[in-house]
Amino acid sequence: MGILSTSRMKSPWLLHFDCGSCNGCDIEILAALTPLYDIERFGIVNMGNPKHADVLLVTGPANHRNYRVLRNLYQQMRDPKGVIVVGTCGCTGGVFHNCPNVLGGIDKVIPVDVYVPGCAARPEAIIDAVVLALGKLKAYGK
Amino acid sequence: MSTGWLIGSAVIAVIVAPLIGGLLRGIDRKLTAHMQGRIGPPIMQPFYDVIKLFGKERCVAGKAQLVFGYAYLTLIVTAVVFFALRQDLLVVLFILFLGCIFLAIGALSVKSPYSQLGGHRELLQFLAYEPILLLAVVPIALKLQSFRIATIFESGQPLLPHLWLSFIALLIVLAIVMRKSPFDISSSEHAHQELVRGLVTEYAGPYLALIEIAHWYEMVLLLSILGLFWVVGSLWWLSIIIALGSWFIILIVDNISARLTWSWMLRFTWVAGISLIGSNILFINLGWM
Repeated sequence: MGILSTSRMKSPWLLHFDCGSCNGCDIEILAALTPLYDIERFGIVNMGNPKHADVLLVTGPANHRNYRVLRNLYQQMRDPKGVIVVGTCGCTGGVFHNCPNVLGGIDKVIPVDVYVPGCAARPEAIIDAVVLALGKLKAYGK
Repeated sequence: MSTGWLIGSAVIAVIVAPLIGGLLRGIDRKLTAHMQGRIGPPIMQPFYDVIKLFGKERCVAGKAQLVFGYAYLTLIVTAVVFFALRQDLLVVLFILFLGCIFLAIGALSVKSPYSQLGGHRELLQFLAYEPILLLAVVPIALKLQSFRIATIFESGQPLLPHLWLSFIALLIVLAIVMRKSPFDISSSEHAHQELVRGLVTEYAGPYLALIEIAHWYEMVLLLSILGLFWVVGSLWWLSIIIALGSWFIILIVDNISARLTWSWMLRFTWVAGISLIGSNILFINLGWM
């Protein structure tokens, strides 16, 4: 494994976008930043800027109100990049399935690499999903 | 000191300075994490981050911004070279200031509101620390009758006992240059998300890595200037301890203080910094120090 893939594995910067979630999953994502889980020990940092981020973490169902924002954020992220959907709503639409204002899962708008089911998803599952998404970053360019 | 030896030390400085800077950033993140009750990333983390950024897709908001980013890096490296060649301290500072101005212009050259605001705040930070950094050189010149760094090495007496007031003023400058709380208003060194990294919002991938490396150079240069306060005789290693000690003080201040407003920063730095250095100059002229 080259030094570049090692570095990619060791420094995934997250971008967190709430696509209309109930904040349950967002609280679990933030829980991963606390001293109990401390994801910074894996080099994972929560970034606010899509241009700096490697992994997009989306919560909540895709809806007509903000799917353009989601697509815009995804397009602003530079390759190599991965997308993780956190929570049942983001995976399929969840309890909002078939609502008139809801498109469904996030994969209706942007390509998704890892799905984390759960209502809400546990922080351990979210950390696990980031590790899975790293597999895509590692394989980039090969 | 022979010319060959000086040129050799300049080459070594250019190669070693970013390595030291990156290592210090890694230790910084580890220490900060421990202070907050976390484990923290590995010490090599800043190098992983930078190498990863070099491997990202290129993206730039405008070519002008790119030029200013490169100008920032080049000028900071030039300042480090002049420092290693033991040239005039004023020249080193002026080149450093020009580099920092280019960073702000780079941020102002794109239309993104975050970048604009970051650029404006960077100029304010610059306004806050530049007079202090420049004035802090004056007591050195009063003491040694020269601005040259070589004179400090040859003087045979440490500066700190006479210039400890200026040294305290320089610690404030160090906190601003290292982008630490309470002075991290334009862009924070940690991922604190002030203005979405304000100043560097529009730099992405390899260009962000270049800015980061320039920042390491800048930090090491400032620490070396602090080290000049005790660099002579058999106790030369005290300069390293002084530089690392001041770096550690900044870390502690960063972890115990919140970010403050720009007007507070300007008032504090000007009042505290200029009065400290002013009294230092006064005491030297009165022969008390």
